[in-house]
Amino acid sequence: MSNNYIEIKEVSKIYNNDFVALQNINLNIKKGEIFALLGPNGAGKSTLINVLCGLTHHSSGTIFIDNLDISQNRKKIKSMIGLVPQELHLESFETVLDNVNYSRGLWGKEKNEKYIFNLLEKLNLDSKKNNLLMQLSGGMKRRVLIAKALSHQPIILFLDEPSAGVDIELRKEMWKIIYNLKKEGVTIILTTHYIEEAEEIADRVAFINDGKIILVEDKKTLLNKLGNNKLVFTFNKLINKIPSFIKEYPHKINKDKNTIEILLSKDKREVSEILLNIKKSNIDYLDFTIKKRSLEGIFVDFIKKKK
Amino acid sequence: MINYLAIKAIYFHEMNRTKRTILQSIISPILSTSLYFVIFGSAIGSRIKEIDGVTYGMFIVPGLLMLNLLTQSVSNGSFSTYFPKFNGTIFELQAAPISGLEMIAGFVGATATKSILLGALIIATASFFIDLNIIHPFLMLFFLIMTSITFSLFGFIIGLWADNFEKLSLIPLIVITPLVFLGGSFYSINMLPEIWQNISLLNPVLYLVSGFKYSFYEISDVTIWTSIITILLILFILIVITLLIFKKGYNLRN
Repeated sequence: MSNNYIEIKEVSKIYNNDFVALQNINLNIKKGEIFALLGPNGAGKSTLINVLCGLTHHSSGTIFIDNLDISQNRKKIKSMIGLVPQELHLESFETVLDNVNYSRGLWGKEKNEKYIFNLLEKLNLDSKKNNLLMQLSGGMKRRVLIAKALSHQPIILFLDEPSAGVDIELRKEMWKIIYNLKKEGVTIILTTHYIEEAEEIADRVAFINDGKIILVEDKKTLLNKLGNNKLVFTFNKLINKIPSFIKEYPHKINKDKNTIEILLSKDKREVSEILLNIKKSNIDYLDFTIKKRSLEGIFVDFIKKKK
Repeated sequence: MINYLAIKAIYFHEMNRTKRTILQSIISPILSTSLYFVIFGSAIGSRIKEIDGVTYGMFIVPGLLMLNLLTQSVSNGSFSTYFPKFNGTIFELQAAPISGLEMIAGFVGATATKSILLGALIIATASFFIDLNIIHPFLMLFFLIMTSITFSLFGFIIGLWADNFEKLSLIPLIVITPLVFLGGSFYSINMLPEIWQNISLLNPVLYLVSGFKYSFYEISDVTIWTSIITILLILFILIVITLLIFKKGYNLRN
C-alpha cells in the first residue's frame, strides 16, 4: 500500500497526429492536498487532467488512484472524481437546478434536494436556481460548473483553470470554497497559469512545460529555497560606476527605471551591510525597497533555464 | 454494476428537451401527416382504385407511419448525440462513470420513446381521416417499437460520426427519405415492372414497410418472417457497429 493517493508513473500521451502531449510524467499526489499544476499554454496541463479524468486515454505508463489501476477500474475511479472544465460548456436552455441534478444523476447518485440546495446556497446560486443557464453571466456559469462537479460529492476534484475569465471577488470566493473542500478531505488538483492562485492556495506545486514535469515541490519549501528577496535601489540618475561591494552580489541594472536590484541570500544581515556600505560610499539614492521573490519569478526562471 | 440512475438521468434529460421543442418534435409530423391524408388520401386518393383490397387512404397509413418513424428516429437520435459534442457538454458524459451501453440505453431509449409516441399520434391522426382497423395490433406494436429502437440507434451512430450540422442532416435526407419513398410506402411493388420489383427487393426499408402493412391489413410485398428477420438483423448490425465505436472511442475520446 502506498501513501500516495494518485500515482502517475512514466505516463506519456501521443495523439494520432504524432503530437507528444505528455512525456514520461512521474507524479505523486497525496490524499487531501491541494496540488497545483503550473505551466504556460500548451504545456500539457489539461491533457494530464483529461487523462486522469478518463476523457482521453494515456499512450503508455501506469496511473493508480486510491491503489486502483485507472486502466482496469475506469468506472469506479470516475465515480470518485469531479471535474470543473476550463471552458464554460453548459446547456443553454436548461435551468440551473435541473442541470445540477442531471450531473448528480450521471454519477449514479439518488436525488438529494437538501444537499443540492445547500450546495447552490454555498455557491451563491440559490437565487438563480430556476434561471435558464443562458441567462447567467460568465462568473455565474463558472459557479454552476463547480456546483455540477460537486453535485455527486466527489473525493477528488479537478479544476482546470478555474480562474480563467473570473473577477477578483469570485476568484477569492472560489479559493474559500476550495479551502473548505480541503477541510472536508477532498483532494484537489488544479491547473492554472495564474501563479498568484497557486501561491495562495496550493500545498504543493508542479511546473510542467512541453509535456514534461520539470519540478515538483512543496510550495513553502520552494518559496523558502528559491524565493530569495531582492533589495531594489532607485536613483535620481543611474550611477556610472557600480561600487565593488554591489558587484559581490548577483545584481541587475535597469537603466530605464534607474534601479539596481540586488539578489539577497538568506543571510538576514545583508541588508544592513549593504545600506551601511551605500552610506559610506556617499551614493545618493531616492528610495529602496525589499521585494519578495514570488512563485511567478521562480516559475519564469525555471522555464527560461529549461529552454 | 449498471449505472441505472445515469440511464434515468440521460433519459429524462432528453425527454425534457422534447418538451422544450414540442412543436418541432410532435406537432410538425402530425401536421405533415394530416396534409398527406388531405392530398394523397382524399384529393388524389379518391381517384385511385383500391390497392390489394384496401382504399388508397388506408393503404398509405403504414408507409406514412414508417416515413415518420424512420426520419424522426434518425433525426432526433443523431441530434441528441451530436448536440453535446456541438455545445461542448460531451465532456460531462465522458467524465461520468457511464459505459457505452448505458449511454445508448439513455439516449436511444429516449429517442425511441419519442418515436413510439409519435407513431401513436400518427395512428390517432389517421383514424380521423380513415376507418382504421388493425388486424394484428401486437405485430404492429412489435414493428413500431423495433423500428423506433433500431433507427434511433442508427441516429445515435450518425450523431457520433457527424462533425457538423450538414453531415447530421445528410443521411436522413439522401438515404432514409428516398429509401422510404422507394420502399413501397405509397404503392405496391407489384405495380412496378419486374426489373424494378427486383431492384426494390434490395431496399431494406421495403421489408419494414411490408411488415407494417401486413400487421395492419394482412397485405405485404414479402413474407412477414422476412420482415421480422430484416428488422432484427438491422438492429443486430447496428449494435455491433455501436459497440465497435465505443471500443475504439471514435469521436468520443481524443
